[in-house]
Amino acid sequence: MNRFQFALRLLRRDWRAGELRLLASALVIAVASVTSVGFFTDRIERAMARQASEVLAADLRIESNRPLPEILVEEAERLELPYARTLSFPSVVLHRDTTQLVQVKAVSQGYPLRGRMRVRDSVEGEDREAVAVPASGEVWMEERLLPLLNIALGDSIKLGKRSFKLARIITYEPDRSANLFRLAPRLMVPTGDIDETGLLGPASRVRHYLLLAGSPSQMDDYRRWAEALEIGGVEVEDIRSARPELRSALDQGGRFLRLAAATAILLCMVAVALSSRRFVERQSDSSALIRCLGASRRAVVQIFILRLLGLGLVASLIGVLAGLGVQTLLIRLVGHWFSSQIPAPTAWPLVSGMITGILVLIGFSLPSIIRLGAVPPLRVFRRHLDAPPVSYLLFLATALLSLSILLIWQIGDDRMALRLIGGLLAGLAILLLISRLLVYLLAPLRNLTAGSWRYGLASLSRNPATTSIQLTGFGLGFTVLLLLAIVRVDLLASWQGALPDDSPNQFLINIQPQEVDAVDALLAQGGIKTNGLFPMIRGRLISIDGDPVSRDNYDNPRAQRLATRDFNISHAAQPQSDNKIVSGYWWAESQLHEAWFSVEQGLAETLGIPLGAELEFEIAGSRVKGRVENLRAVEWDSFNVNFFVIGTPGLLGERPATYITSFYLPKEKRRLLHTLVQRFPSITALDVTALMTQVRTIMDRGALAVESVFLFTLAAGLILLYAGIQASHELKAQETAVLRTLGVKRSVLLLSTLLEFALLGGLAGLVSAALASAISYSLAHAVFNLPWQLDLSMWLSALLFGALCVGIAGTLASRTLLNTPPLVTMRKI
Amino acid sequence: MLQTSSNQHPVTASGLEKFVETSAGRIDILQRIDLEVSPGEAVAILGASGSGKSTLLGLLAGLDQASSGEVRLFGTSLGDLDEDGRAALRAGRVGFVFQSFQLLSGMTALENVMLPLELAGERGAETAAKAALTAAGLSQRLHHYPSQLSGGEQQRVALARAFAPDPKVLFADEPTANLDAHTGETVADLLFSLQEQSDTVLILVTHDEMLARRCDRRLYLRDGVLENGA
Repeated sequence: MNRFQFALRLLRRDWRAGELRLLASALVIAVASVTSVGFFTDRIERAMARQASEVLAADLRIESNRPLPEILVEEAERLELPYARTLSFPSVVLHRDTTQLVQVKAVSQGYPLRGRMRVRDSVEGEDREAVAVPASGEVWMEERLLPLLNIALGDSIKLGKRSFKLARIITYEPDRSANLFRLAPRLMVPTGDIDETGLLGPASRVRHYLLLAGSPSQMDDYRRWAEALEIGGVEVEDIRSARPELRSALDQGGRFLRLAAATAILLCMVAVALSSRRFVERQSDSSALIRCLGASRRAVVQIFILRLLGLGLVASLIGVLAGLGVQTLLIRLVGHWFSSQIPAPTAWPLVSGMITGILVLIGFSLPSIIRLGAVPPLRVFRRHLDAPPVSYLLFLATALLSLSILLIWQIGDDRMALRLIGGLLAGLAILLLISRLLVYLLAPLRNLTAGSWRYGLASLSRNPATTSIQLTGFGLGFTVLLLLAIVRVDLLASWQGALPDDSPNQFLINIQPQEVDAVDALLAQGGIKTNGLFPMIRGRLISIDGDPVSRDNYDNPRAQRLATRDFNISHAAQPQSDNKIVSGYWWAESQLHEAWFSVEQGLAETLGIPLGAELEFEIAGSRVKGRVENLRAVEWDSFNVNFFVIGTPGLLGERPATYITSFYLPKEKRRLLHTLVQRFPSITALDVTALMTQVRTIMDRGALAVESVFLFTLAAGLILLYAGIQASHELKAQETAVLRTLGVKRSVLLLSTLLEFALLGGLAGLVSAALASAISYSLAHAVFNLPWQLDLSMWLSALLFGALCVGIAGTLASRTLLNTPPLVTMRKI
Repeated sequence: MLQTSSNQHPVTASGLEKFVETSAGRIDILQRIDLEVSPGEAVAILGASGSGKSTLLGLLAGLDQASSGEVRLFGTSLGDLDEDGRAALRAGRVGFVFQSFQLLSGMTALENVMLPLELAGERGAETAAKAALTAAGLSQRLHHYPSQLSGGEQQRVALARAFAPDPKVLFADEPTANLDAHTGETVADLLFSLQEQSDTVLILVTHDEMLARRCDRRLYLRDGVLENGA
């Protein structure tokens, strides 16, 4: 029989004897949490890539101002790719005597290929997903058109030569957001009816679109094929960038999830370290016996490593399968964010789960296992002989290495991972130091007490190494649990609070300067609060530090797009309340005349605009130059009015501007919008309720997903608690048997056990509260960018929670020792 | 030459000494021990508690290193071997029986007996182990864990484990000390019966004069010095 087979047989026996259950449970939880979050984020990220395609309502969009050649459709049909056609052109719509400029969009069956349209069947009704496109003879329109045309659902309108019946109100159109602020009100008709309108003359300004969907490789192939045709005036787009407000909410959610998974891993690592230490202690006799029977030191180490690897593989496999099950539940929670199709899971999270299991096991148990090889065979005669203790440096090095690899890899955010590792290392050092100090301080106390207190304190101070390890283990565990509790409750609440119920759901744009006061007054009369009306100037960036800005300068599609489009620029004396200056300084009252700009940091990164750069914009035919004085972080998911670029009033105050504002409009005050649009016809009102609901749903469901992953952390915490208590089990068994033999009452021993563990847990809770506060402060400031405040009640809770949890669990776990006859215990020892 | 020596005396010790240096000075545990054990011979080493019996057993089995002198096991000087070399020399040829049984608590009786056979890479370990346990009168206890067995049964499992690989030398350290008189007698009967059947060298450390009398030779360890018995 070779060593591998022999190790496997031993593993099977270990498993049956329950030797490895604790170690295996810790591994299963670590792997399950990593795998479920891995599967979940992998699928969500791919769904997000698909969602990004909503900007185009397709994976690939071909656009031209002339009818598209049929060959493009024929190729799509040949490749069996889903496709749809749309047309877009400005026109005038007539209802009775009222006319209005609209942006007509004709759509064919199948539109949109990505994303879903949402519509309402009445002004006050709830919106719902549209299952088809307008039927022949029907139009759908944006709500803001209703007051402009003074029309109701069911009324007829005339578009060109054809009459249509108004059937639905459009609340959300996936490919509309890219041009949210630029378009005239939308009117949607079926493509089949468009010829009868007679509006598509040779001089009409029609944009023709062909929308396609398929796998990335199919789209790449099609794109290459279409570009090779070199059809003049045809543009192929495959923009893959989600709306910033959605991206921001999802990124934040992903970070929370990964943090929750990382904390579960951390707890499991401590549990693995504690339980493998116990396993090694219990296997010392076995190692000595095997060596006595003729196995070399190397063979012993190999046998134990093979056993452990076998355990790692089996436990990881179980963890992976559990993770697969849990991610299915998580996906069910969030599935409807992403229309109907969330991509199927890939194999990568399976592999990463297995790697995690093995890394956790090796990192936290290998030094202890190697130590087993050094158990002297003479131990069979003299049980006090043991292997030299594991070098702290070796243990720290392997643990730190695997911890760093796992955290950086799993969290996917170097800054957050390094802070966590730094905090934990500092915490570990502090915990070890404090635990040693406490054990040292407790020793003299035992002489001042009597009865249960004396035995309890004696138990803690008798074996400083074990007590320190228990205290450090519990302390680390509580720190991580508290940290996640803080993150979960405080940060998650702050995150959800970032989008309160009264977040703006309406935007008014194109307000003329002379209308500003009247609009403000009308809104105030209606009981509507705004954050102010902001000037908005259209301008194109033409140079950075004198270098012309061109699409060709950038590889990044977003940068290419930004380089060619007009920006909404504003001027302000004060920054918006939800903006944060991340570099440079906001201008003072005395500096308002300076020629300075403030740039949103994401835009600055994308276009390569450093602080201090000189920017040149073309605004209404003239050029404006200014220096970048600061960079701002903007909370796009706040739905407040925000700008990529803001100038000083001195620089932009005289430029022609319209005004913009956003506000929350309750459903019952929707009529106010109609009054406003009728009184100020040039103003465009945009309803973002549907988009906001989507963001809010993501946040709520994200919170639920975090809570689910938090369950893993709690399970890991329980395993750690058990592992910590078991660390002193043998010693406790021996002592209890001796004390009972000497006549100490059972009740005295029970109380002393309770005191011992409660003291241990209380101290660990207190120290961990201090550590968790420090780490959460660091995370809240540097990673989540959220407010933080010291919570003293958390310290008290940690002290009580630690004392209660460890006290009760420790006493319960030791009860069997008290109930077992001392002779039986002694025999086992 | 080595082979001849091995055949004549599987275990020899000459000028064997063991001492430890302490802050209070040197403590001599064993002094100039000379010993030759012939094939099939049963030798008892008697002595009071703390006289160094177990230390001597550990040195003869190669579990510990002497301070000076030489031990030869199967003709090979243990001083020339490192710990792994000594382990390889023992593998499959040396058996042990301990006062505290040293059964692995997570394994059944059968698995405990299979352990040395599996370590030696022998095929049919299970069959051989079952036969050994049956010979020890434990055919009904194959799948019991040590905690489910009485002290006498545990020691019989230990004997089965020791004899299962058919060792050339068996070292026994106080095999009946943890047992009552009757059970000790039964275990002793089994030990000597198995030893005779297999013609194994038995080196038995004990303080039990009655047990020692069943051996071919008795040696006394007094103040670290080995003396012939009466």
